Amino acid sequence: MKKLFPLLALAAAAITFTTGCGKKADPGTGTTDADGKKKLTVGFSQIGAESAWRTANTQSIKDEAAKRSINLVFSDAQQKQENQIKALRSFVAQGVDVIAFSPVVETGWEPVLQEIKQAGIPVILSDRAVDVSDPSLFATFIGADFIEEGKKAGNWLAEKTGGKATIVELSGTPGAAPALNRKKGFEQAIADKPDMKIIKSQSGDFTRAKGKEVMEAFLRSPEAKSITALYAHNDDMALGAIQAIEEAGLQPGKDILIVSVDGVKAAFEAMKAGKLNCTVECNPLIGGQVMDLAEKLAAKQEVPRRVFSQEGIFDQSKAEAELPNRKY
Amino acid sequence: MNVLSDLLFWAVFAGGLFALRQQRIFWPLLALALLLLFNNLFTPYFFNLEIRNGYLYGSRIDILNQGAKVMLVSLGMTLVIATGGVDLSVGAVMALAGAVAARLMVVDGHGFTTAFFGAIFVALLCGAWNGALVAYLGIQPIIATLILMVAGRGIAQLVSDGQIINFADPTMVFLGNGHLLGLPFTLTIVLALLAATWMLTRRTALGLFIEAVGDNPTASRYSGVNARLVTFLAYLFTGLCSGLAGLVAASNIKSADANHAGLYLELDAILAVVVGGTALTGGRFYLVGSLVGALLIQTLTTTMYARNVSADIAPMPKALVIIAVCLLQSEKARRYLSRFTRRPATPPALPSPAVAPSVIASPAQP
Repeated sequence: MKKLFPLLALAAAAITFTTGCGKKADPGTGTTDADGKKKLTVGFSQIGAESAWRTANTQSIKDEAAKRSINLVFSDAQQKQENQIKALRSFVAQGVDVIAFSPVVETGWEPVLQEIKQAGIPVILSDRAVDVSDPSLFATFIGADFIEEGKKAGNWLAEKTGGKATIVELSGTPGAAPALNRKKGFEQAIADKPDMKIIKSQSGDFTRAKGKEVMEAFLRSPEAKSITALYAHNDDMALGAIQAIEEAGLQPGKDILIVSVDGVKAAFEAMKAGKLNCTVECNPLIGGQVMDLAEKLAAKQEVPRRVFSQEGIFDQSKAEAELPNRKY
Repeated sequence: MNVLSDLLFWAVFAGGLFALRQQRIFWPLLALALLLLFNNLFTPYFFNLEIRNGYLYGSRIDILNQGAKVMLVSLGMTLVIATGGVDLSVGAVMALAGAVAARLMVVDGHGFTTAFFGAIFVALLCGAWNGALVAYLGIQPIIATLILMVAGRGIAQLVSDGQIINFADPTMVFLGNGHLLGLPFTLTIVLALLAATWMLTRRTALGLFIEAVGDNPTASRYSGVNARLVTFLAYLFTGLCSGLAGLVAASNIKSADANHAGLYLELDAILAVVVGGTALTGGRFYLVGSLVGALLIQTLTTTMYARNVSADIAPMPKALVIIAVCLLQSEKARRYLSRFTRRPATPPALPSPAVAPSVIASPAQP
């Protein structure tokens, strides 16, 4: 027992230590460019680098900021809301001009957004929405329409199968906006198709390893033989599931039709190999649109409340032609 | 056929339980048995076992295969915890090992051998770093290993350039997906590492030294044990285990995912060790107990999938089972419970880890 107390004390110290690290970033406000004009400072809090999609998104934002010589204070939340809240508070302390962030989860943002509002800093939500009762807590939300993505996936599958499918679903991180809405959109699309049913739905946490593990479990279930289609909320989980399907001695893309969302390069390669049937694009290259909004907000101009990113849908017939264009 | 194999499975399991009723491992094993029994009775197809493509195929095989990562890490973690320390960096070291191997193969065009040993070398470096900080600089283990826990994943991202690197090298893919004698090859890796660890710690005096250091570093130093070296070696060995686990994890999905590989796995590994009967305060350790603990955790996860428990509420039943196991293990809780049943607890009380007598005097337990 006597050993426990110093351990706890040190754990507490460790937490303080890591907190301290987040704050020493160079504030950079007030720096000026060659013309003596005040440079715009944007604080951006990214979710993490959980997928190729996210990395491309990060790169697009960094590139665009560099191109326009905007001072970007970038922070990676490593999938944790508490890290993100810390980052947002440090942006306020540093006095950035505009804050942009991709929230890890939908809920729990009111207090920190309230603080930002009191500091008079406009907020751009990038690619994921938040669930707040007071709409004045953020200025605009740019990103994909996740419900629309789910609908596109559902409609494609309905058309491909003639409205007859036994579907298993790999959903994203519980509580995350894309997971909730891609599910909702897909369910809306198949609502009027009585022969299309989701028989199993589990979270694969948007990762390959979990996608594979959960698909394995699906394939061991009593209903395994009846599965004709898989809907994955992102490509990475679908790629993991493809391996599980192959290991079960089935042909992905033939025995089980697979439709997923995102449109990363690896998904196009899988489509070319005939293992994935369709991916609904969710465009990460929104750096330009984000910085446009940031500049307008800093100049106190009006911006629309909701901005959509441009997105397409690709099946195997289009995959090969599109593959060379994929940056991420 | 299935009924017969189930009966055989339970006969072996029950026999094992009975033979081990005096041992500390009895309680985690009993918990595992109860969980499996529950699934056998109430989860359809859970005990289904068939042969596909010449390999055994079923939920129990999945548990062994998916549980391999935690099992590998928990072997090293057992020794570190036995010295009275803890290693929080294992998950990050896994990510780093996977990233290094993938980078060496895909970006730099090396073969499997270079990639494998390169990754293991980096993992050993990480272990040496942790060991040096703890053993020679006297930094508290939680703090010392926290450094790599935070930084290691960052380095891994740097190595992999923030991308998921896909690879197709057949030997590398075999590590996590291959089969030997119809069973997943990962199981072979776990058993080989268990055998090596057991030989090292139970057939030499090293295990005794580790327990001595964990029990009382000062006393062990006075009795001539090089306490610092022993501690250092424990962390070094954990580095090796994490490196192997990282390679298995990457191989399993044929890609190095620096951001997710081994995420929060340190917690599962610590839990496995504690559930397996090794006390966080150091001293006596139970290698096989840790493996049983790891299997218990994986069985819980697989049960949640098989029963289609939504991911939102899955942590709840998991937590309840873990609490139950911890209570089963606690001698005080057992004594308290036995007051209600009026019969004394069946297995005679073993020394509780919190008050473990000095092991220096007692021989190392095989």
